[in-house]
Amino acid sequence: MSSLVIQFLNGLAGASTLFLVAVGLSLIFGVTRIVNFAHGSFYMLGIYVAYSIISRAGAGGGLGPAGFWGGILVAAMVVGALGALIEILLLRRIYHAPEMFQLLATFGIVLVIKDYVLWAWGPEDLLGPRAPGLGGSVEILGRPFPEYDLALVFIGPLVLGLLWLLLNRTRWGTLVRAATQDREMAGALGVNQKWLFTAVFALGSALAGLGGALQIPREPAQLFLDMGVIADAFVVVVVGGMGSIPGAALAAFIIGEIKAYCVGIGQVGFLGYSVSLSKLTLVAEFIVMAIVLVMRPWGLLGRQQGAQRIAAGARERPAAGRAMQIAVLAVAGALAVMPFVAQPYTIVLLIDILVYALFAASLQFLMGPAGLVSFGHAAYFGLGAYGAALLVKKAGLPMEFALAGGPLAAALGAVVFGWFCVRLSGVYLAMLTLAFAQIAWSIVYQWDQFTGGSNGLVGVWPAPWLASKTAFYYLAFTLCGCGIWLLRRIVYSPYGCALRAGRDSPLRCDAIGIDLARLQWAAFVLVGTFAGLAGAIYAFSKGSISPETLGIPLSVDALVMVLLGGIHTASGPVVGAAVLTWLQDTVVRNTDYWRALLGAIIIALVLVFPQGIAGFARRRWARSEAA
Amino acid sequence: MTILRGSVLVVSALAKSFGGVQAVREASFAVEAGQLVAMIGPNGAGKTTCFNMVNGQLRPDSGSVRIGGVEVVGRAPRQIWRLGVGRTFQITATFASMTVRENVQMALLSYHHRLASWWLRAAHLYREEAHALLARVGMADQAERPCSVLAYGDLKRVELAMALANAPQLLLMDEPTAGMAPAERIELMALTADIVRERRIAALFTEHDMDVVFAHADRIVVLNRGSVIAEGVPDEVRANAQVRQVYLGSRH
Ligand SMILES: Nc1ncnc2c1ncn2[C@@H]1O[C@H](COP(=O)(O)OP(=O)(O)OP(=O)(O)O)[C@@H](O)[C@H]1O
Ligand SMILES: [Mg+2]
Repeated sequence: MSSLVIQFLNGLAGASTLFLVAVGLSLIFGVTRIVNFAHGSFYMLGIYVAYSIISRAGAGGGLGPAGFWGGILVAAMVVGALGALIEILLLRRIYHAPEMFQLLATFGIVLVIKDYVLWAWGPEDLLGPRAPGLGGSVEILGRPFPEYDLALVFIGPLVLGLLWLLLNRTRWGTLVRAATQDREMAGALGVNQKWLFTAVFALGSALAGLGGALQIPREPAQLFLDMGVIADAFVVVVVGGMGSIPGAALAAFIIGEIKAYCVGIGQVGFLGYSVSLSKLTLVAEFIVMAIVLVMRPWGLLGRQQGAQRIAAGARERPAAGRAMQIAVLAVAGALAVMPFVAQPYTIVLLIDILVYALFAASLQFLMGPAGLVSFGHAAYFGLGAYGAALLVKKAGLPMEFALAGGPLAAALGAVVFGWFCVRLSGVYLAMLTLAFAQIAWSIVYQWDQFTGGSNGLVGVWPAPWLASKTAFYYLAFTLCGCGIWLLRRIVYSPYGCALRAGRDSPLRCDAIGIDLARLQWAAFVLVGTFAGLAGAIYAFSKGSISPETLGIPLSVDALVMVLLGGIHTASGPVVGAAVLTWLQDTVVRNTDYWRALLGAIIIALVLVFPQGIAGFARRRWARSEAA
Repeated sequence: MTILRGSVLVVSALAKSFGGVQAVREASFAVEAGQLVAMIGPNGAGKTTCFNMVNGQLRPDSGSVRIGGVEVVGRAPRQIWRLGVGRTFQITATFASMTVRENVQMALLSYHHRLASWWLRAAHLYREEAHALLARVGMADQAERPCSVLAYGDLKRVELAMALANAPQLLLMDEPTAGMAPAERIELMALTADIVRERRIAALFTEHDMDVVFAHADRIVVLNRGSVIAEGVPDEVRANAQVRQVYLGSRH
């Protein structure tokens, strides 16, 4: 009994933290309609800034409560000011861009902030001081409970209450609520939207900073906090309903409690197996999210959003022109003779480029023609890689079978994930794909005996006849080339056209008998198979794989490749993969701060070339032909 | 009101409310093959809502919709379309990234169950059929233009061609002449009337232009605040006191 109460309190403390992180994100989305990937980075900055302030405040001797709590508030304000700055300099320019680009721009910010933190605070974990006066624990029903956690249990509701007062009892709050409900109307009421957006963004960022700073006594400041936190925050916001603050509170409560009980209960027997519930915590919230989204596609307390703009109005055409055909043949010919002329290192790099080109092409098929944005595309890449590796290592199958089995494993994953995903659209769809990728990642990461856990699997080597890099290069060239060509072919088939039709007008599709959900489900399976093939080739080319093959960073790399090349251009993903892979390779060898550079490139790209490099080139080409 | 056994569309006691708004109340009407029936009524009378219930986009709160003798309430739009129901929208819904011909080809591909093909080139399939349909609605010369650049009136024609692609027994047209000049309206409705008669289609359309309605409709259903207040041939409806009240009363 008493342990149940303690777990409940633990859950509340966790829920408070989750709420603080998520509420700012929800607030920002509600008003600006921007899904801010950098929210986790603001949280991380909150911890680091608070660490610096508080350790300085406590330097002269004992740290007083004023120094501690004051430091936390100042840290939140610093992060809020930074948020305002970013809003003014960057986001203001892209409020009218398709959602995809906004997301990408905020991801560019993530990368820049990460490298800034690395540069300013270094790579080591930094453990902050305990809160003065709250360092011990209190006895609750005969069990000890940390005093600071108890304080957190109260801080969450306190912030919720203050926000409620701000939004419901002030004129500014009325404006924010009006803008959340109906942006056009708020504009018509004479609200100065520009500064309202800036203020909301600053407030939301400050809340993220506060959430981070408050963690100082509980966890060290670490460089990877941003990604973990943003995944948590997305889940809470999506489960609660995007833009709904009570929704965020409710979702934080549910998820916090579920996690706490998973940890508390530990092992349970189930059909003769012993299942470790504490290992489930990483996945639990994503399972909650998947269930909620299927039952209530707009979240627990959310409202239906208007239609989503991905990047409409594009017109896919077969690459017909003679010049284009000659260019494709020239590239293919050049690639075919590479092993005779290039350095071995170049061949390795080219294999990477080919693999990523196929991976990006599969994502482009989903995002361009089918109009379905996936944030978790690495799930299929990783499933393909692990599927192939496990077939070789555990089942002892020959490599050739494993190469076919990997994509099959990815396809099976896509059958399951896709079934849920096609029920949603727009941002919710993107979030659900992210959730599934995260689930797959967590399972692979934690299942030590089977997948090798965080170490991954080593010794995944190709068959003897493919042992030379040249032979393997030709294998990758053939498979990836055929895969990309097949995907292009499908775009212009009746099936591909039906997907495009679904992107253009689901309403019309329904009225001419097209079962869009089924076609889109098949699209997930199709691209999952090709992404899985890329993953399988990758596994054998490296000889080892790690959970990173399913990670968010790889999913984002794929998005960047697609957008870099141009979402609606056939050659786009290939160009994007080549540029990004080459760039990463070059920059990583020369500096520790390649992420910041990548981030800057992304931001510049969004601001300057919203159609991508290949798209930009095509427009220039069309213009010069017309002239 | 007499509902003949042979009616293609028979709607009885259809009702739908949105929150507190009773958009359609106990509406009943029928459309026979080869007949052009106009549904008229002021803005917000519930015309579009009726259409949406007939083609399955909305589920009625109560009532029945029979198409060719089959009860369709509860079926999805795409299932109802398979029974031979073509539809055009008040706010046009076409595939903006495709050409006019490709739009019609999509409908034809769907009709011929060819959408599962991953290999053939869609552009080569049902070209002639698409062309014939476009010629029928006067869009042959614009077949290769992208839909995104068409004038609104031409989009309505494309929608009509798409709606004819499944050789429908029932055609639903929500404001088919909106966005057209008066002369073009009369011309398009005359064209539609010809098609409906030659193919023995049962056609239901809404229209705000009374010249168009009285020139071409075989029968007229008048809807006001969700209720059918009159139904009959144009002369009967013209003479109906309640209709005059609704249409003229508010203006005078
Ligand atoms: N999805 C909806 N949600 C809430 N109310 C709706 C919805 N659709 C229609 N209504 C309401 O139902 C009533 C009937 O609308 P409907 O669109 O059917 O009218 P209409 O006769 O087609 O009008 P118009 O001539 O302007 O096209 C209106 O009061 C409208 O506001
Ligand atoms: Mg209407």
